[in-house]
Amino acid sequence: MAVKDYIRERFFPHLWCPGCGHGIVLNSLLRAVEQLGMSKNEIVMVSGIGCSSRISGYVDFHTLHTLHGRALAFATGVKMSKPELNVIVPMGDGDALAIGGNHFIHAARRNIAMTALVMNNRIYGMTGGQYSPLSGYGCQATTSPFGNIDYSFDIAELAKAAGATYVARTTTYHAKQMTEMIRDAVLHDGFSVVEILTQCPTYYGRRNRLGDAAEMMDWYKSHTTPIGSKAKEENPSLIERGVFVQRDKPEYCTEYDKVIEKARGGQA
Amino acid sequence: MAKAKLKEHLINREWCKGCGICVHFCPKNVLELDAQEKVFAARPEDCICCRLCEIRCPDLAIEILTEKQEASENGKSA
Ligand SMILES: Cc1ncc(C[n+]2csc(CCOP(=O)(O)OP(=O)(O)O)c2C)c(N)n1
Ligand code: SF4
Ligand code: SF4
Ligand code: SF4
Repeated sequence: MAVKDYIRERFFPHLWCPGCGHGIVLNSLLRAVEQLGMSKNEIVMVSGIGCSSRISGYVDFHTLHTLHGRALAFATGVKMSKPELNVIVPMGDGDALAIGGNHFIHAARRNIAMTALVMNNRIYGMTGGQYSPLSGYGCQATTSPFGNIDYSFDIAELAKAAGATYVARTTTYHAKQMTEMIRDAVLHDGFSVVEILTQCPTYYGRRNRLGDAAEMMDWYKSHTTPIGSKAKEENPSLIERGVFVQRDKPEYCTEYDKVIEKARGGQA
Repeated sequence: MAKAKLKEHLINREWCKGCGICVHFCPKNVLELDAQEKVFAARPEDCICCRLCEIRCPDLAIEILTEKQEASENGKSA
C-alpha cells in the first residue's frame, strides 16, 4: 500500500504548525508501516493529549485518543485483551515523562510488547510552551523566563534502567533512521522505546532562538552522533543516536497466558 | 539498481505550509517557495530523485514521481 493509503485524508492539512517535527514523525511512521506490509487492521494506535498525541487522529488504523499521560495504561488494556495486535503509543515528552512517568517506567518494567514513540520537543507545545522534564537546564520556556533550573531525564537511560528491551534514539533530521527504528521496534517482542528529537519551532525554537524548523533540524545533525563514535569521545556534549538496547526477555502477555494456563490446572 | 528518472514533483499546494524544510535540505537546490509560500520545483532538471524532500516533509505535501513508478492512488486523484 502507498503511504497515503494509511491516513485519514479528510483531516488534512493537519493542525500542526508549519515545520513542526511531529509531521515528520507521522511521515516516517507511515513509511515504517508500509515496509512492515501490515494491514490497517493489525495496528492500534493509542495516544494521550498533546500536539504529539494528535497523530492518532491522522492515521487510519484502530485508534484511541485518551487522557493526558495515560496512553500506556489504556494501551496495556488493549494489548492484554488482544495480544495479537500491534500497539503503537505516540507520546509527547510531557505526556510520557511528566504526568505519565509512572506508567512509562512500569510498562517498561513489565516488558509488555508495545511501541512507545516519545516525540521529544523539550516543551509542552499544546498548552503554550511551559517547560517539561526534558527542557534542559538553562533553557527558556514560558514558565522559566529567567532560565530553567530543572535537569532533564535521559529517556534512553531511564527506559533501559526500567527494563525496556528495545531502546533507540533518533531525530527528525534522520528520517530514514527513524523509519528503520520504528519498524524494528514494532517487530520487537517486548516493550520498545524510540525517542525522537522533534522540533517545536513555535515555542521551544522561538523562545530559545534556535531559528526556523530547518535550522532546528540542522542542530540535530550537528549535535548528535552515532553511539560510541569517536566524535562523542572528543565532545561528550554530543547526543548519541542509535539502538541502545535490543535484547530478549519474557514478554508480559505471553507470561500472563502461562498464568491462565496454571490457574486452569492444565484444563483447556 | 537502475537510476530513477524524474517524471514530476507532485506537490499538494493545499497541504504545503511553506516551512522550507524541503528547500533547505535538497542537496541539488531544486526547490523554492513561491510568492504564496508554497513549494515548487524551480530547477527540476537538477533533481536526482533522492526523495529527501519527500521523507522530511512534515505535511506529506511533496512526492517524487519517477518514470517507472506511477503516482500513489490518492496522488492521482488530485
Ligand atoms: C490531566 C491533564 N493535565 C493537564 C492537561 C493539559 N495539557 C494538555 S497537553 C499538555 C502537555 C503537552 O506537552 P507534551 O506532552 O510534551 O506534548 P506536545 O504538545 O509538546 O507535543 C498538558 C499539560 C490535560 N489535558 N490533562
Ligand atoms: S506548538 Fe509546537 S509541538 Fe505544537 S504543533 Fe506547533 S510546533 Fe508542533
Ligand atoms: S517541507 Fe513540505 S510543507 Fe514544508 S515547504 Fe516543503 S513541501 Fe511544503
Ligand atoms: S528528490 Fe532530492 S534532489 Fe530532487 S527535489 Fe527532492 S531533495 Fe531535491
